[in-house]
This record gives sequence, structure tokens and C-alpha cells, in this order.
Amino acid sequence: MSYKFDFAFLTERWPDFVAGAWLTIQLTVLSIAFGFAVGTVCALARVYGGPLLRRVTGAYVETIRNTPLLIQIFIVYFGLSSLGLKLSAEVSAVIALTVNMGAYTTEIMRAGIQSIQRTQLEAADCLGLTRLQTILHVVLLPAMERVYPSLASQGVLLMLASSITSQISAEELTATANLVQSDTYRSFEVYIVVAIVYLALSALYRLAFWAIGLVLFERRRRLGTAL
Amino acid sequence: MIKLSATHLLYLVEAARWTILLSLLAFVGGSILGLPLAVMRVAKSRLVRVLATAYIQLIQGTPLLIVLFLSYFGLGILGYKLIPLVAAGLALTLYSAAFLGEIWRGCIEAVPKTQWEASDILGLNRFQQYAYVVLPQALRIAIPPTVGFMVQIVKNTSLASVIGFVELSRAGQIVNNSTFEPFVIFACVGAIYFVLCYPLSLAARTLEKRVHVGR
Repeated sequence: MSYKFDFAFLTERWPDFVAGAWLTIQLTVLSIAFGFAVGTVCALARVYGGPLLRRVTGAYVETIRNTPLLIQIFIVYFGLSSLGLKLSAEVSAVIALTVNMGAYTTEIMRAGIQSIQRTQLEAADCLGLTRLQTILHVVLLPAMERVYPSLASQGVLLMLASSITSQISAEELTATANLVQSDTYRSFEVYIVVAIVYLALSALYRLAFWAIGLVLFERRRRLGTAL
Repeated sequence: MIKLSATHLLYLVEAARWTILLSLLAFVGGSILGLPLAVMRVAKSRLVRVLATAYIQLIQGTPLLIVLFLSYFGLGILGYKLIPLVAAGLALTLYSAAFLGEIWRGCIEAVPKTQWEASDILGLNRFQQYAYVVLPQALRIAIPPTVGFMVQIVKNTSLASVIGFVELSRAGQIVNNSTFEPFVIFACVGAIYFVLCYPLSLAARTLEKRVHVGR
């Protein structure tokens, strides 16, 4: 084997990789935030909603969790545009990733909400909290604290899965890699570089989730223990 | 433009067989590699533990798509030209092994410590402890999450379409190229994936209830 590794393309193309990574961060931070909002609302509907609402959210979760993200992205990008709704690749990517993250978040948050005991709700009632206050302070925040590790790893998984959006030519990190490797024919080196960037991004996201956890959950900050 | 017909749908269903084959390949390969990984994760030697952890962190921290590109384009340039089926099978095997290894580590650790101690006292060696005492008990706990993970494998085989392997997703793209009705076609493709995955999801949930029947 006489293959010589050549990373020379980096000196010229590194701004492309930075731009790609930046778009990956933008796409995924938006999708995680929106997906979390969608998932939380759906989880509340799934636990406290009427039979119809529960069935609709259940169908949503099962449909998304049992089909590949690639197909979901194709349906949003190609499917909707054929029906007359033309969206840019980036917007389609955010929509598909949000819908995907929302379904997983629904399931994770449902588990958290169901772990809140009835007596907590009764106590909140006795203390005269309004319905909104109860949901916010007694149900959602403690529920989120319990399932926070799962939420965080789902966020990291979504960031990694966002590489699939390169297939609809959203110019994120993986698409950048495809572009550079077709210019330089250095596919092995390019994908190794990108793999390292993704590893760094995963570490960064884990760190960010840990920091957000500290800000959100007083117990964790003061006592260092989870609920 | 060709009109979408039953022949196209039949073509999709036939392509789904490759999805199933690829899933089986990934699951079998992932199991063969994943079990040693799980055992390595709980090994006595620190070095062995670190090695297994490093592998799992590496795979779980990079997208499957990149692993797939590395195994297809990367190895191709190094002189090992793999056909798409083998390249996809390899990438999915490496991916499944990391996740299955981590799932099964949890199951091995869930076997009570007293079982290890008792088998130690009975004079079983390390291999016998695993083969006759720990793994059979871990297996019972491992079945539901493993079945659940198979859903991920089936879904992730869709990425093989990217390197030109004609499985269900690629077949969908091919049909779409000639008929250009993406909404209907990809909805059908999604439905076929759903038919493959939903029974597995249901089975995982039912099995989970059965394992936790004592609680």
C-alpha cells in the first residue's frame, strides 16, 4: 500500500469547513429549541389531553419514530415543493429536524411528566397556584430535570443526524465535505477531518447541555445532585 | 413523464428486501462485534476498558453518514474497493456494535453482584461465569432494548442510498426521477419503513412489560 496522506487542502479550504460547521450549529440549535417546544406541548397533550388529542399525538410520535429521517426530509423538501410550497433547503432541514426532534422529545417528556406524583398536583392546588403556575413549576420543570440526560443525548443525536440534510444540499458540514472532496479527490482525509469536527461538536453540545442544566435546575447547582 | 403505477409500488416492495437484508447484516455483524465490546467495557483491566470506551465514544460522536463515506470512498482510495452493499454493511456494523455494546454493558451490570460472588465461590473461571451465570441472566434484560435498537438499524439502512445501494430509499428516488411525484412516492416509502419498524417497536414495548412484570 503506497497511499500518502495529504492534508494540504486544509490550508486553503478551512474557511469552508468553519462555515459548514457554523450552519450545522445554526440548523441544529434552532431545531432542538423548536423541537423541544413542540415535544413539550405534545407531551402535555399526551398525558392530560382528551382521548382524541392523545390519539393524534400518539400517531405523530409513532409515525416519526418508525420512519427514517432521510424520508422525512425528502417529504418536506421534495414533497411539499411538488404540492406548490417551495422552501429553501435550510428551512426544509429545520422543519424536518424539528418534527423529528419533537416526536422524540414528546416521548421523553411524557415519561418525565408521568413520573410526577398526583400528590404534587394536589399540594400545588392547596397552595393556591394557578393552573399555569402548576404546570410550569410543579410539572414541567421537575419532569424535565428527571429526563434531562435523555433530552441532552437526544440533542446530540439530532446534531449528528443533521448530516443527512446534506442530501437536500443544505450547505452544512457534511455537504461542505462532499464539495471539498469532489474538488480535491482527497476523500479519506476530508472525511477524517469532518469526523473530528463532528466529535468536537458533540463534546461542545454535551458541555452546553451540562451548562444549561446548571442554570435551569437549582438543585443541581446547589447540591450537585439530580432529582 | 411516466405515470405512477402499481409496477412502481411493486418495485419499492422488492427493494425493501434489500433493506431487510442490510438490516440483518448490520444486526448480525453488530452483535458479533458488540458482545466483546460489552464484555470489554466491564473488564478488570483498565486498558481494555479504555479501549472499548474510546471506540464507543468515537462512533457515537460521529454521524453514521461520515462513517459510511469513510468506508466507501475512503477505503476505496486506499485500494480496497468495496461494493456498496459491503461498504454499507461494514459502516452499519461498526455503528450497531458501538450502540449494542453500550446497551449490553448496562444489561451485564444489571446482573446482581452476588451472582458474580456466588459463581466465584463455586470455582467457576471467568469464561464459565459469563457463559453459565451472567450472560443468560443479562440476556433476559437485554432483549427489549435490543429489539428497540433494531428499529434504529432498519431506519439507518436508508443512508446506504447515498452511496448508490439500491434499497428502499434509493428505489424511491429512482421511481421519483421518472414519475416526479415525490409526495406520494416518499409517503409510500415511509409507509413501507413503518410496516417494517412498527411491529419491532410494539414488540420492544410488550417485551419490556414482560421483563418488568415483577415491579
